[in-house]
Amino acid sequence: MDLRYTEAEEGFRAELRAWLDQAIPLLPPKPDRNDWPGRRAYDTAWQRLLFDAGYAGLHWSVEAGGKGATPTEHLIFLEETERAGAPYVGANFVGLLHAGPTIDAAGTDEQRRRYLPGILRGDDVWCQGFSEPGAGSDLASLRTRAVRDGDDYVVNGSKIWTSHAEVADYCEMLVRTDPDAPKHRGITWLIVPMDTPGITIRPLETVMGTSEFAEVFFDDVRVPVANRVGEENDGWRVTMVTLSFERGTAFVSEVVACQRLLRELAALAKKVTRRQATAWDDVALRRELGHLTAEFEALWALTKWNVSEAQRSGVPGVGGSVFKLRFSETKQKVYELAHRLLGRAALAVDDVAGLPGATLMDERLSSLSYTIAAGTSQIQRNIVGERILGLPKER
Amino acid sequence: MDFQLSEDQRDLRSGVREFCEGRFDRERMRALVDTAPVPGMVDRALWRELAETGFFSLRIAEEAGGVGLGVAEAALVYEEAGRVLLPGPLVATHLAASLPGRLGEEAAAGDVVVGLIEGDSWPLLVEHLDALDCLLVLTDEGIRRVDPASVRGRLVAHPVDPFTPVTAVDELPGGEVVADVRVAEEWRRVGAVLTAALQLGIAGRLTELATQYAKEREQFGRVIGGFQAVKHLCADMLVRTEIARAAVYAAAVTLDDPAVGDAEVAVLTAKVMGDDAATRNGKDATQVYGGMGFTWEVDVHLYVKRSWVHATQFGAAEENEAALASTL
Ligand SMILES: Cc1cc2nc3c(=O)[nH]c(=O)nc-3n(C[C@H](O)[C@H](O)[C@H](O)COP(=O)(O)OP(=O)(O)OC[C@H]3O[C@@H](n4cnc5c(N)ncnc54)[C@H](O)[C@@H]3O)c2cc1C
Repeated sequence: MDLRYTEAEEGFRAELRAWLDQAIPLLPPKPDRNDWPGRRAYDTAWQRLLFDAGYAGLHWSVEAGGKGATPTEHLIFLEETERAGAPYVGANFVGLLHAGPTIDAAGTDEQRRRYLPGILRGDDVWCQGFSEPGAGSDLASLRTRAVRDGDDYVVNGSKIWTSHAEVADYCEMLVRTDPDAPKHRGITWLIVPMDTPGITIRPLETVMGTSEFAEVFFDDVRVPVANRVGEENDGWRVTMVTLSFERGTAFVSEVVACQRLLRELAALAKKVTRRQATAWDDVALRRELGHLTAEFEALWALTKWNVSEAQRSGVPGVGGSVFKLRFSETKQKVYELAHRLLGRAALAVDDVAGLPGATLMDERLSSLSYTIAAGTSQIQRNIVGERILGLPKER
Repeated sequence: MDFQLSEDQRDLRSGVREFCEGRFDRERMRALVDTAPVPGMVDRALWRELAETGFFSLRIAEEAGGVGLGVAEAALVYEEAGRVLLPGPLVATHLAASLPGRLGEEAAAGDVVVGLIEGDSWPLLVEHLDALDCLLVLTDEGIRRVDPASVRGRLVAHPVDPFTPVTAVDELPGGEVVADVRVAEEWRRVGAVLTAALQLGIAGRLTELATQYAKEREQFGRVIGGFQAVKHLCADMLVRTEIARAAVYAAAVTLDDPAVGDAEVAVLTAKVMGDDAATRNGKDATQVYGGMGFTWEVDVHLYVKRSWVHATQFGAAEENEAALASTL
């Protein structure tokens, strides 16, 4: 067991730091949280900067236009960009972490040539059309139909919770091509340009009053067969391939951010008072902060464990669900604590009395989704119980 | 960075597991507690065997007759000890083996059983007193050595852990200083990590026991592990164990190579997460076993009780969490 970075890894870190030092101050001001075109522009401009500096698609294969970096280098990249206060992957998320790697692994040469460069350069934004009103946790029960008609599929149905749909150029989409086959066997993976006639986007309002996801309706939408990735009816396997790209790095930025947040909350606790005493004077509250500090220190150690495992074996361990489960629930607790620390200032999703209520309460509301999105905590517990511990499957 | 067990570490772990399961199998463990208890609950023959396997000399340099390994390896060994509930002041004797001179040599060889207590807390309960050849006291001024025979106290009639007899002591005799503050500080850190490793072993074993039972016990015509309420208890136990494992190993590696992190934070984290995993897994394992979990016959309670003992050693959650907060 070795936590020391190699000389090459430290060299990579030093170079990246030097670049970040000069790149970050040149960034434009952050757009308003509900200005989605503005956010798209901001996120993609950052991706373009990364591209020009040679950091785009770090974890992608060299054949796909990436750098073929090791999981550890990817960890360092995410850690350093977060520490430097760089923008998040944001609107580039689906392209860089889902659609791109999937097209690289399961697509044709023509598809690689056509779609991958746009993702790397920040030209194209992708969204993910997997969930449906009737198919959430039970994703494989999805019903959006695609019927072959000559060189096209004709798609009818609807998707829901599609993040960034309004500002996306393409959608990676799962459709039902064989309604008679067992549910996992009749699914196909398609690339759908969002400007195709017949697509209607209806923004959904979140609990924060923002519209980061949408419902997307498909009425006789014609998608060329050439946009199919993998074989017809083999879409479930293609999707599983995507999941296997996870190298233990999924939450690096967020863990680092939470560690910083805890320090900010400690400072906040020393500032807010109740009956003459500061919140920090309350040992129960300090213990809570201390416990969360331990949680994130441990999660950071587990990150390194999982990344090292992926680096050695080339395939992800079973640790992903373990990590997602504990991380999302713990991060939720941090915002619960932030909420209580704010006291009556928590009545405003705005900065009141010089307290950071705007960001903290916005994220406090957002934190309600951590244990739902990308596989609910209940589903993660099923996965841990069944796939790791070998307990009997549901039904 | 390569935060995974090396080939040698893997071999060490399987070797120690084989030893533990062979020399202290369930039968011998239950005999010690049910039919053939020994004074102070330390089996001298077993103690020497542990010494021969390197339990105490693991971190002593090879030139000095030790194994020459680090805290990382010691953590792997103590995790295995936790899994099988090896009794006795293992961590204390391991720490004592690093002392120069005769006491250190005898501790390393398993010729003596050494106890350790934090002198600056109250009430004072000394573990395994009847078995001790030497009692060390950790204080802010360093480490003092006390003759166990001179310790006046009352042997507690009902220790919570049947493997850990305790003596309530009003005041400890003065004793001689055998090591300075710097060593005391080092012992607190290594002691906390090895104790956390024992907790990790307990947490992992409890996960296995509960999962195994959940796969066998049937109710309503199916194994109870098929019920989500039970499955999710088992999943939570595994998650706690894996989080604790990362924390404990990382702290051990950081003590061996302080350049890789903040040792204080890493050690406190290991103990907090180890205690959390062991004690909460104890509760959940009992729940999974139902009425059987409340019986003396099933081993779960022995793990629960031992986890409660360790949770008081080298800083309880209250102190460790508060100490972590003050690093923010
Ligand atoms: C912020 C956010 C962004 C999202 N972005 C996208 C996106 O871009 N693209 C996309 O395709 N999807 C997206 N999703 C959808 C997300 O993947 C689903 O919400 C999630 O999979 C849960 O599905 P559901 O909402 O239908 O809940 P349901 O599956 O209906 O679950 C409701 C409740 O029932 C529980 N439950 C369901 N099945 C079981 C079971 N077998 N055992 C125990 N409990 C069960 C769940 O845990 C949950 O508590 C997003 C969701 C959120 C919140």
